Amino acid sequence: MTITFIFDAILVVLLLTVAIWIIVARAAFSAVLAFVAYGLLLAVVWVELSAIDIALTEAAIGSGVTGMILLGAASRLRETEAAVVSAGRPLILAAALLCAVIAAALAALVLSPPSTVFTLAPETMAHLHESGLGNPVAGVLFVYRAFDTLLEKVVVVLALVGVWSLAPDRFWGGIPGLQVSQQPNSVLTLLSQLLPPLGIVFGIYMFWTGANNPGGAFQGGTVLAAMWILVMIAGLQNPPSTNWRWLRVLVVLGPAIFLAIGLAGFGLAGAFLAYPPGYAKPLIIVAEAALTLSIGVALGLLAAGPPERVAQQ
Amino acid sequence: MNAVMLFGLCGPVLVGLGLFGLITNPQPLRKILAFNLLGTGTFLLFGVIARRGAAAGLGGDPVPQALVITGIVVAFAATAMAIALLLRLFQETGQAALDSGDPNGTSAPTDVS
Repeated sequence: MTITFIFDAILVVLLLTVAIWIIVARAAFSAVLAFVAYGLLLAVVWVELSAIDIALTEAAIGSGVTGMILLGAASRLRETEAAVVSAGRPLILAAALLCAVIAAALAALVLSPPSTVFTLAPETMAHLHESGLGNPVAGVLFVYRAFDTLLEKVVVVLALVGVWSLAPDRFWGGIPGLQVSQQPNSVLTLLSQLLPPLGIVFGIYMFWTGANNPGGAFQGGTVLAAMWILVMIAGLQNPPSTNWRWLRVLVVLGPAIFLAIGLAGFGLAGAFLAYPPGYAKPLIIVAEAALTLSIGVALGLLAAGPPERVAQQ
Repeated sequence: MNAVMLFGLCGPVLVGLGLFGLITNPQPLRKILAFNLLGTGTFLLFGVIARRGAAAGLGGDPVPQALVITGIVVAFAATAMAIALLLRLFQETGQAALDSGDPNGTSAPTDVS
């Protein structure tokens, strides 16, 4: 029993305790706070599983931006919690039994590993050098399974369209109803003045280093979004009006450039999303740069929510 | 029992916990939270499968790892959409419940059907 194993065991106990708290906590607000802590613990688990790229994504998106949206919702819905009637005992027992059976079946699968381990790692590494990328996960995302990545970016745009569509008709194209801090001299104001220069550099670095090291467009874009959200929440800058043309251009710019590169692949390399030899890395970097910007804007707008005010003409 | 197995057993527990919360908690916000918990349990199973596939000098099979990254992003997009729907429901009706307009909540247990 090594120090690392003891550390991992403590980590698992903490993770499961926080997970139980998410489910059983009485107040939704404390459950959401637990969810944010849970996401950060889970990021440490991903590091322990040698998946640094996933750890960064989980900490930034799974815990960070999701947590922020959930916190906003929990504070708005707080007054509805008093009327909640919890489920009856027979239902709870039946659900507990069902879930225990499912968990046990999955655990049995984990405990009986296959005789031959199936892995695509050697195949991934065999041709990775042709793309010029050094990070195998980035290679899978932008070379081998680029179609998945393209659709994933489109899903984010679709989610934003969906969220905006939920605005009442009179607010369509208006200003998102993000709740803003009312204290101009708080620590939040100071932080939102000090952090963005560092955060913007760090976000761009994360996208840039993602080709060869853990990181990438999504993680970098999330850092950019976090900086923008910080500035908006501190009240230093208002959320933009959602009918502003350039804002909409920025949101679709990344997926559009990625799609254009993919379509160009038909002519230049003979297949959709194929890269001509020797140009793979520059094209991927161009697509990633545009995606970083688009993701930053789209995540910031998703966090700001649907329009709730009429834009001044 | 090694560390990978330990994390591997975490996955099923989280799936079970998330499913339990999804079924038993009547509040939509808590259901969204529970569903996210269920999702992370599934991702963790992927992570353990990826770790077992460590080869060619890598700490894990990059293909399931990339799938998990895509999964986290899609889960986020779905969560953002679900939260927006829930807040709109609250704006329209003044309540955030899945059963239609029963203020006494007598039908709360049936909303899992």
